[in-house]
Amino acid sequence: MTSSWVITAQANPPRASYLDYPLGHTAGRPDQLAEQIEVATAALGLIHSATESGTIVPLPHRWPTEWKPKARELSDKRSERFDTPQYERPSDATAVA
Amino acid sequence: MPLEPPAELDVVDHIQQTHDSYAQLGYDSYRWANEPEPVELARPTKPLAESKVALVASGGIYQVGQVAFHHKDDTSHRQIPTDVDRADLRTSHFAYDMTAARVDPNVVFPIDALRSMVDSGTIGSLTSHALTFMGGIYSQRRLREELIPAMTEQTRAMEPDVVLLVPV
Repeated sequence: MTSSWVITAQANPPRASYLDYPLGHTAGRPDQLAEQIEVATAALGLIHSATESGTIVPLPHRWPTEWKPKARELSDKRSERFDTPQYERPSDATAVA
Repeated sequence: MPLEPPAELDVVDHIQQTHDSYAQLGYDSYRWANEPEPVELARPTKPLAESKVALVASGGIYQVGQVAFHHKDDTSHRQIPTDVDRADLRTSHFAYDMTAARVDPNVVFPIDALRSMVDSGTIGSLTSHALTFMGGIYSQRRLREELIPAMTEQTRAMEPDVVLLVPV
């Protein structure tokens, strides 16, 4: 699976399905199980349907709102990088076995 | 030459974007993986409906009870049982917007979809565990020497027929 055609084309895996969605939704939109199944089915279908290495197949799904202009704005959206475990929730840290 | 996308897709060029963003900030270019030589296409030996599928995901997913990822070239990985309760999944990453993943981790770790596909007979089974890592690693050397060999060994030990890679 991928949502970045250019990164995947350059990394050159044997086969990939491309979903034209904002990054962070590689397998589909949240709480859209039917869509997630469609995306996974398409990706896994390439195991049999791809005939040459480096295949990338675009999926037909389109994000429901305009998102590309904002995604193309130049900005560093990364958060600060820490070298200690970064838990999603504080309670996760105390739950460590 | 990397495969060009269909023009009508008007894809976002993430490589050019990070290049331009970093240049604007005075950083050197990030060196994305570049593999001009194609790998041999492995041919499947059985139908998907009889295949065991391994999920490998780079979105920094961990299970409650596991140590979360750190963000400075963390080359560790996690094994997550494929019968995990979705409510026990978390994400830890610095380089993508985790808003959707924190509502529904399936967007970067499609475990519910894969389990549904087993139930419907589309795929045969899942491996006992999925493997996850935090893909924001700037050292390709450490990736090749540390993370990739460890995950390859563990993936092979589970003897999947198919591996599904889900990047972010």
